[in-house]
Amino acid sequence: MSTVVKSPRRISATPPVRVLDVERVRQDFPVLQQKVHGKSLVYLDNAATTQKPIAVIDAIENYYRRDNSNIHRGVHALSERATNQYEKARVAAQRFLNARESREIIFVRGTTEAINLVAQTFGRQQVSSGDEVLITAMEHHSNIVPWQLLCEEKGAKLCVAPINDRGELLLDEFEKLLSPKTKIAAVTHLSNALGTVNPVREMVRLAHARQIPVLVDGAQAAPRMSVDVQDLDVDFYAISGHKMYAPTGIGVLYGKSKLLEAMPPYQGGGDMIASVSFEKTVYNRLPYKFEAGTPNIADTIGLGAAIEYLEKLGLEGIERHEHDLLAYASRKVETIPGVAIIGTAGAKAGVLSFTIDGIHPHDIGTILDREGIAVRTGHHCAQPVMERFGIPATARASFGLYNTREDVDALVAGIHKVVEVMG
Amino acid sequence: MSELRELYQEVILEHSKHPRNYRVLDSANHHAEGFNPLCGDHFTIYADVKDGTIRDVSFQGTGCAISKASASMMTQSLKGKSEAEAEELFTRFHQLVTGRGASADAVGKLAVFAGVSEFPLRVKCATLAWHALRAALRGDKEAVSTE
Repeated sequence: MSTVVKSPRRISATPPVRVLDVERVRQDFPVLQQKVHGKSLVYLDNAATTQKPIAVIDAIENYYRRDNSNIHRGVHALSERATNQYEKARVAAQRFLNARESREIIFVRGTTEAINLVAQTFGRQQVSSGDEVLITAMEHHSNIVPWQLLCEEKGAKLCVAPINDRGELLLDEFEKLLSPKTKIAAVTHLSNALGTVNPVREMVRLAHARQIPVLVDGAQAAPRMSVDVQDLDVDFYAISGHKMYAPTGIGVLYGKSKLLEAMPPYQGGGDMIASVSFEKTVYNRLPYKFEAGTPNIADTIGLGAAIEYLEKLGLEGIERHEHDLLAYASRKVETIPGVAIIGTAGAKAGVLSFTIDGIHPHDIGTILDREGIAVRTGHHCAQPVMERFGIPATARASFGLYNTREDVDALVAGIHKVVEVMG
Repeated sequence: MSELRELYQEVILEHSKHPRNYRVLDSANHHAEGFNPLCGDHFTIYADVKDGTIRDVSFQGTGCAISKASASMMTQSLKGKSEAEAEELFTRFHQLVTGRGASADAVGKLAVFAGVSEFPLRVKCATLAWHALRAALRGDKEAVSTE
């Protein structure tokens, strides 16, 4: 049941990029076909969560209608079907991240749980009093707090690599902070609050030159660019299904098998054991060692369907489309008097954070909502980032594969409306 | 649009841009912080209370137009009131912004906040300063949080 599938490194000579047919793609998302406050919905809160295509909704429904059963234990037909689909999703995730082996794919609830898992197993095993954990100043709370908890417990120090006024990581400062005491570096691939894309491959190279493993928070990057964990050479990579058109409550921790093998289990229970007696329990092999209890089967199958959907559309085409949208939106928004874009890194994707002079983001959000436009307002679970820029909050438009230039035009008109209402 | 105009009335916008009693109160013998961790709104309320009467009240902090205007107008409406009257006014104000019965006449000038009841997500903004005031009068040490 756990055939180890190995895949080679991706070959760079890829076929030409498929152009995304956005109008057709929009038909795949039932939620987009609605009006909000009498206006066509303009959903620009994709960095918070994405909408789900029919393929994903159907996969979950079909599972519950036809195949619902527990996995890895029954000998009956339903259990076999459920197990096959569950493991097929693992292979899909392996393919999606280009992991070398499918056993390097651990299903978790999401990025937050993935990071906590690493902090509580690898971290507790490797970090001692006086050691250091290195993060960056643009991390989301989920890549700060698990490490704070670990450092508090162990008497270790949490070090933070600074960013500049554009929201770019200061790579030389990051390098300086990689010390003999650093036991792990945990960095985001794409900042949820600023849109900055970090030079992950280079950061990994610098860390590995000092034998420091690197965890990458890929929650925002996974739906926006093709990720190759072998090429990046990351040690751990964490993603959330719901940010990549899959259900909530399912995510993936990728880890190099050598590291995963050496780590203690995260939670104890069924499925993660090979044998149990009151004297001694033998843990199951990878990936099951880290998947205690009956997992979230339906949503894992939903994740598999989402990955197949993204593969069908082509990540390169999605990346190109969103890049075009972000460039178009940035050009339009920055010319509105009083509007400032927060996060102007050279390498950016998917996220447009902004403020309007004298108008609190909360008020921006309410007025845009009445125009049918969904954006996020607040600190985006990245309070240290807000502090770095000396602002309490921003409004954030974040793009998905189904957004259009018309959506951006609606946003721009909405911002003008905000200024009009708030005088 | 009319609901938005109801919410963002001229009086509210004016108070949010030029808040009254926006200062640290030197004579304060009560103060407390109010915090909305979801949007980052953060106010400190200062009160000078003697023999159960609020002799003076002020505030400082950051927040959206609704929370700031509410704090500003709250300080105006509480000066000279007893603690019991303040509590009573908060109850009526809360009923008003949650659309649960209180008539606009029962809250005086605060009636401009009636529009909030059409925006349930903004009730916390309108009541943040009031929660902080209540904490200040009670002498709470911890910042009050809307969550």
